[in-house]
Amino acid sequence: MNVFSIGLKNLTRKKIRSILTVGGVAIAIAVLVSLWGFDTGYHRSLESNIDKMGYQLLVTAKGCPYEAATLMLQGGGGLRYMDEAVYRKITDDPRIDKITPQLISTAYDPDRQSGRGGISLYMGVEKSYIDLKPWARFKLGGWFSDPDANEAIMGYEVAELEQRANGDKILIPGSNEILTVVGVFERTGTQDDGVIFLPLNTSQRIFNLPDKLTGVGIKLKDMRELSAFEESLYKEPGIQVISLAQVKGTILNLISSAKAMTNAVALIAIIIAIIGVVNTILMSVFERTSEIGVMKAIGASRTDIFKIICIETAIVCSLGGLFGDIIAVLGTKVIEAILKSILPYAPRGELVVITPHILIYSFMCATVIGIVAGVYPALRAASMKPVEAIRRGE
Amino acid sequence: MGQAIIKTEGLTKTYTRGSEKIHAVDNVSLEINEGAFLALMGPSGSGKTTLLDLIGCLDSITSGKLEVFGHDVSRAKESALTKLRRGKIGFIFQEFLLIPSLTVIENIELSLYFARLPQDKKRLQGLLIKVGLGHRVNHLPKQLSGGERQRVAVARALAVSPKLLIADEPTGNLDTKNSGEIFSLFRKLNKEDGLTIILATHNPALGSQADRIINLRDGKIV
Repeated sequence: MNVFSIGLKNLTRKKIRSILTVGGVAIAIAVLVSLWGFDTGYHRSLESNIDKMGYQLLVTAKGCPYEAATLMLQGGGGLRYMDEAVYRKITDDPRIDKITPQLISTAYDPDRQSGRGGISLYMGVEKSYIDLKPWARFKLGGWFSDPDANEAIMGYEVAELEQRANGDKILIPGSNEILTVVGVFERTGTQDDGVIFLPLNTSQRIFNLPDKLTGVGIKLKDMRELSAFEESLYKEPGIQVISLAQVKGTILNLISSAKAMTNAVALIAIIIAIIGVVNTILMSVFERTSEIGVMKAIGASRTDIFKIICIETAIVCSLGGLFGDIIAVLGTKVIEAILKSILPYAPRGELVVITPHILIYSFMCATVIGIVAGVYPALRAASMKPVEAIRRGE
Repeated sequence: MGQAIIKTEGLTKTYTRGSEKIHAVDNVSLEINEGAFLALMGPSGSGKTTLLDLIGCLDSITSGKLEVFGHDVSRAKESALTKLRRGKIGFIFQEFLLIPSLTVIENIELSLYFARLPQDKKRLQGLLIKVGLGHRVNHLPKQLSGGERQRVAVARALAVSPKLLIADEPTGNLDTKNSGEIFSLFRKLNKEDGLTIILATHNPALGSQADRIINLRDGKIV
């Protein structure tokens, strides 16, 4: 017999009440774990998405930086065009390691999404594009036969979705141009998976945008020259330079309000859980007033009583932490689906990544909640005078 | 009869209820010797329980002097009283006051745990046989009759081998047969083990069996 077994046995006395309290803590911890998991996962997939762009700078036509960020990652609407002349002007800069022009176009394809219609994304590129992405592999076929050929290379997902393979013909909606599929990329886990690639010249011709580009991706020889290089580009009219670090910051800004909301929800959940625990334990202390009096009469010190009550709350909250962790791990997919539908920008890849660290921290957090929640009821119990407690409880 | 283990001089305990002062124990002076079997008698509200609480170091006194086992506890703090009680004074209450979530043997182990004494299961089982509960070791209090519960309470009080047993209306919730049995058990403990017993009762038939009777009225010895 010791304080631990007394506490444990007392919790089994009112099973439903104990289970409900544990449930409250479990939900709070599950929310917390999911949020931390989201934070980790989002950062991780954003980093990986941005790293896999292969370039550090994007030169685009002047416009809203948010738009540019969206453009870059999703090829979203509101496209602006810059002159190809700018690309030719800067392409020989000795500080540049690799540079690639790109022309993003969209077309509404009524056959997409099983007939519901959707936007198809096309990107006109030159061979230099895959020089910036050394990890890019062909699943089928290879590069375009000619810079002016009516050929297409498909991203992994779009090829899967449309069931395309080499030799297939695809029609660009709204034009009469038919392209032949000459290659399919392996999965990259980035936005490239959903893009249909065309030779730059072909793309400019089909979409009627001669000598226009949506952007130029640049990788420098030396990252330390980044700001000086950016500075020199500012002199060019009609363009803006976006560094990927900026884009990352912009996106993180975009989601920060969503994060603040969810953090507030988690905080509220935790506060409610703490109140629930305090209420339950306090109730159980008052119900046991005479028992506590007797324990004191037979020799229990204030510390003994304090320990018993604290152990009870610690058990409730640790169990809550454990179940919360389990719920969060099991519910990751659901949370991910919800988040993907509400976020302004969801990178490819796993959005919620629950690491062992998160599980350990959340469990510790639950235990700390338990100790904090236990202090007041435990003090109340410990400070009861034996004789008053015995008589009052009778 | 041994030496005095309890000495009181002008012992007083006053409660304030609203603006009214109630002298629950009023100027009580007495000595109780080791090995005594003493009954406190008197009607409800005569101060029996309060006097027992004071002697048992469960409550602090308002004025006067109280010596327990040779220690002056007149102005002792709660923690000091706890230390004095622990392992030296056994308590039995009218309502038994067992811990409902613990089995018979666990309830008894509990007092050893709080008294910082080794939890010797064999000895405890022997003790349960002694109080006639050898077959109820792993039962919960709710599975026992009133008489059995009070025996558990007696075993719990005795587990720590106290020098003094304080029993407040120990038979108040029991029928005549069980009352008689509990009382005989007290008698036996007093005779055979030399345990000092102070009990409060308003049952004259039982009280008269004690070696010494103190009658209380309005907190005073009469």
